[in-house]
Amino acid sequence: MTDNNNDNWPLWEVFTQPKSGKPHEHAGSVHAADKEMALQNARDTYARRNEGVSIWVVKSKHITASTPEDMGPFFDPANDKPYRHPQFYSVPRAVKKRS
Amino acid sequence: MTTETKELTKQEAFLAYLLRLADDRLILGQRMSEWCGHGPQLEEDLAMANMALDLIGHATALYEYAAEIEDEGHDEDYFAYFRDDREFTNLQLCELPKGDFGFTIARQFLFSAFSYFQYERLKDANDEQFAGMMNKHLKEIKYHLRHSREWVLRLGDGTEESHERIQESFDELWMYIGELFYMDEVDEFMIKEGLGVDSSEFKKEWKKLVEDTLTEATLTVPDWDQFMMSGSRKGIHTEHLGHLLAQMQFLRRSYPDAEWK
Amino acid sequence: MENQEKLDEFQARIDAGEKIEPKDWMPERYRQQLIRMMSQHAHSEIVGMLPEGNWIERAPSLKRKLVLLAKVQDEAGHGLYLYSATETLGIDRSELVDQYLYGSAKYSSIFNYPTMTYADICAIGWLVDGAAIVNQTMLARSSYGPYSRANVRICKEESFHKKQGYEMLAKMADGTPEQQKMAQDSVNRWWWPSLMMFGPHDSDSPNSAELIKWQVKLKTNDELRQHFVDRMVMEAEAIGMELPDPDLEYNEETGHWDFGDIPWDEFWNVVKGNGVMNRKRIKDRRAAHENGEWVREAANAYARKKKLQQEKAS
Repeated sequence: MTDNNNDNWPLWEVFTQPKSGKPHEHAGSVHAADKEMALQNARDTYARRNEGVSIWVVKSKHITASTPEDMGPFFDPANDKPYRHPQFYSVPRAVKKRS
Repeated sequence: MTTETKELTKQEAFLAYLLRLADDRLILGQRMSEWCGHGPQLEEDLAMANMALDLIGHATALYEYAAEIEDEGHDEDYFAYFRDDREFTNLQLCELPKGDFGFTIARQFLFSAFSYFQYERLKDANDEQFAGMMNKHLKEIKYHLRHSREWVLRLGDGTEESHERIQESFDELWMYIGELFYMDEVDEFMIKEGLGVDSSEFKKEWKKLVEDTLTEATLTVPDWDQFMMSGSRKGIHTEHLGHLLAQMQFLRRSYPDAEWK
Repeated sequence: MENQEKLDEFQARIDAGEKIEPKDWMPERYRQQLIRMMSQHAHSEIVGMLPEGNWIERAPSLKRKLVLLAKVQDEAGHGLYLYSATETLGIDRSELVDQYLYGSAKYSSIFNYPTMTYADICAIGWLVDGAAIVNQTMLARSSYGPYSRANVRICKEESFHKKQGYEMLAKMADGTPEQQKMAQDSVNRWWWPSLMMFGPHDSDSPNSAELIKWQVKLKTNDELRQHFVDRMVMEAEAIGMELPDPDLEYNEETGHWDFGDIPWDEFWNVVKGNGVMNRKRIKDRRAAHENGEWVREAANAYARKKKLQQEKAS
């Protein structure tokens, strides 16, 4: 493996916020030796067309992700809880029109 | 010298002032663009291309305004492509070959730090269009300063090799920094009109920023009182500039009647 | 051994148009094919910076200099997106880079041709980027999520690449006699290589069927090539450029343009390393990598020092 290579920089995940008020979205990743450079590299790579107003970077190894096996237990239960979704509720026609 | 100094008109002073600013940026941008495809890491390739784009973009805007002030029907390309070495008034600092990555970074840091203080003042110049331009470019200069400063720290306080390399670059560049603060009748005229900046006003601040950065980077600050080069604002250059211009201008000059925009 | 049930399940997901994500189960061969194809795509973007970078310093106007610089920078960005996407398959970028600098990994042969005149920059924008867009538009729908997303981003950014080349070529075609000659000469030299960018004929392309079955690719080399030719014939005519193929002819029956035999001998010769610029390209990329080693090491050493200092302080 190349991990013990002295000239290999760790990987960081980049999240950019397209507009103020919007959530940060995953944009991609960059390599950098430290967080300041990760931030600058992210800026130069993923915001060079003014795509964002804010950037987050986090070392890829610090991200914990769900696995495909989690898919059932994590996400299926919500399928039978329609009351969590606004479409579950009926609204008088007059109100609907105004909104 | 026995020649009388002719009184400068505002137009002449403004034009010369704009061209000095523009020439610095075009020539430095040209040097920076030589890194494209050859950077030490892909991410840094992008960063250097960004800086080159900013510098050449700033130069283009300045040349456009210079053409307007000059009012002789020239465009921005005229100043970039149809003037000779003696007419270019960029700092010698900007024309030196790109060297290794440390040299490029050290030069960019010294230049960006100077530009930062200079533009901080020029953004309040007594000319709306000029001031607006300075204000706009200042934002990018701040980023160049941040990026190059961070790299000075990393190379200075990185490995033994990087420390030695960037120390050598600063030592080599030192004799070219005196010119940053050179002022003549053009500057005096512009200051009087509220259009130019008196660089002696921020020399101390600039020196402090440079000293603090080099010290933090565990580097030795070279001798401030050593011999300094001069003459570039009067068109005196190293031999490097001629080669740079030969390359930059050859195609445009080979077919001067063709449309290339 | 990968059991048939899992393979069938995987194929069913593909056939249903689902995207495969990094942590999902996938056949080892799918992973390997993706690594090969995606990293080759990434290397091509990076090596592709060189022939065009060759004209940044000599671009004939400030506008064209800025356009070219921005374009070549985009290629660095696209290489970076693609390496990132490849890294989701569990391989590090440095390993991938080693494979093409010092090993047998390939990049697109088109970049081993020389850019001798500035018109080559325009022809590359029009033809080479034009071909790349046809390819990448398809890859934006690829079954592997990260690869598909990288290509979506690339396509969005690359639309100006082709336009700027086509625009300048049109100006040259309409310019002085010298410009016209320069433009036509470039088109003559880049036309056939750009057709070869789509790869060998389907009958000679061993990977094609498998890649299509897994929807990594959605169309065959020949289908893409035909699509490209039909489009370019129209665009060439619009700006008065001639395409160097006497056999180009509209086929009423198929509704496509028939074209002549592609000079495959030349193609394989360049693939084998005998293009005008093969050696120089690799030499340049190796030099960049090797000359950058002390810089990358310094950044790591600094990061380690700062971390230690922080730990001591707290």
